[in-house]
Amino acid sequence: MENRHAARETVKGSDSVDRLVVLPFKKSVEISLESIRVRFFRSLITTMSLVLAISFLSFVRVSTDVGNGLLSTQDPSLRHALIRTGYDIGPEDTSLESSPKQRWIIILSLLVCVVGIVNAQLMAVTERFREIGTMKCLGALDRFILRLFLLEAGMQGIAGAFVGALTGALFSLINALLSFGTIAVTTLLWTEVFLSIVFATGVGFVLSLAGVMYPAIVAARMQPVEAMRVEQ
Amino acid sequence: MTDSRNIVRVSKVTKTFQLGKVEVHALQGVDLEIAAGNYISIMGPSGSGKSTLFNMIGGLDKPTSGKVFIDEVDIAQLDAYELAWLRCRKIGYIFQTFNIIQVMTALENVTLPMIFAGLNNNSAVEKGIQLLELVGLGDRFRHKPFELSGGQQQRVAVARALANDPAIILADEPTGNLDLTTGEEIIRLLKQLSQERKVTVISATHDIKMLNVSDQVVWIRDGRIDRIEDREELSISVGTIDTRE
Repeated sequence: MENRHAARETVKGSDSVDRLVVLPFKKSVEISLESIRVRFFRSLITTMSLVLAISFLSFVRVSTDVGNGLLSTQDPSLRHALIRTGYDIGPEDTSLESSPKQRWIIILSLLVCVVGIVNAQLMAVTERFREIGTMKCLGALDRFILRLFLLEAGMQGIAGAFVGALTGALFSLINALLSFGTIAVTTLLWTEVFLSIVFATGVGFVLSLAGVMYPAIVAARMQPVEAMRVEQ
Repeated sequence: MTDSRNIVRVSKVTKTFQLGKVEVHALQGVDLEIAAGNYISIMGPSGSGKSTLFNMIGGLDKPTSGKVFIDEVDIAQLDAYELAWLRCRKIGYIFQTFNIIQVMTALENVTLPMIFAGLNNNSAVEKGIQLLELVGLGDRFRHKPFELSGGQQQRVAVARALANDPAIILADEPTGNLDLTTGEEIIRLLKQLSQERKVTVISATHDIKMLNVSDQVVWIRDGRIDRIEDREELSISVGTIDTRE
């Protein structure tokens, strides 16, 4: 016990400058942004699977919104048109719900996407062992490293998910215009489309964070001595 | 001119690694005292325990038994925060592979430890530029590591190691990846800076060129200290005619 107190005294010293190590949030954002910028192509590939999965999600949701818009007109000819183009509508349905089959396909594609993200991030962490070890040697706490990786993945996630959500929505709208003509857009509730895009972006963001969680913890737990490793 | 206190004290330290079923006794009882302000070289063949001892002194590893004291503080008793503080403020590291962070400019690399120490951005930048001028890179502070040669990167590393005015600089094979001339420059730079700033330099190395500038050489062999030679003894054993200061 004595020794610990003595340790604290000497270690913390009598400096007037902060006695703890800090990493200001703004600085961590700067570092994360720069990391993405420097490895832009690599970031692009990591995010590509997310963009595709989220655009699929967004496509399905906006298509549902279009379907609902058309159904709300109560026009039986539109109802037939919808069924012909492949929408699943029962004879009494007044609005579209996503079917279990649809939901399962979406969940599966999102899972595949997350697994891809975990793999890519794990590879990135293993490659950057020297950088992480060095930062630890300069005094970085475990949670600084965690924060940096979470920020990086978060930024990639939001950007990728947003692009995916917009792309999916766009394809869905173009598809609707081609299948039904302009009536598809006039009956559309734009607030619903907006919500679908926001939802898809949110899902993508959460998935990106979920995927990076394990690799980021691995990075945070890395020992500083790893920085010394020399490949002979 | 050296202080009489011991900045590093290693006491009966052993280290055993478990490699599968085999036990590797990297260090078998090491006692060492390093006085503040000295330039120490730890020399030994590969597998002698040189790197293990070095990691012990630098707080990067914990001994299996025995104690390591930095400024009379037992580092095994420190928690993660205190260790981080130690690495940030008291010790500066220099690596064989330079370990300059590739995504940051030279200036950002040098100011990073200062950011960790809580220094505000403007003071950090000012100090960083000063340090880079000190190592001769005043006009290259905006360069990224891939725009710098090996020797220049190692200079950035030296400037970075001095960022928070540490008491100790730990250099692991600093000239390992450098050619003869550049290696000599770095050694001279380290010696000059350590004398000017009264920093203790502890270097683990194969490089014979280090012998000229060292105040003390610790020869390690098979996990034990073979002998410790002071500067005066060195000149005789290596057979050089050295001018004493």
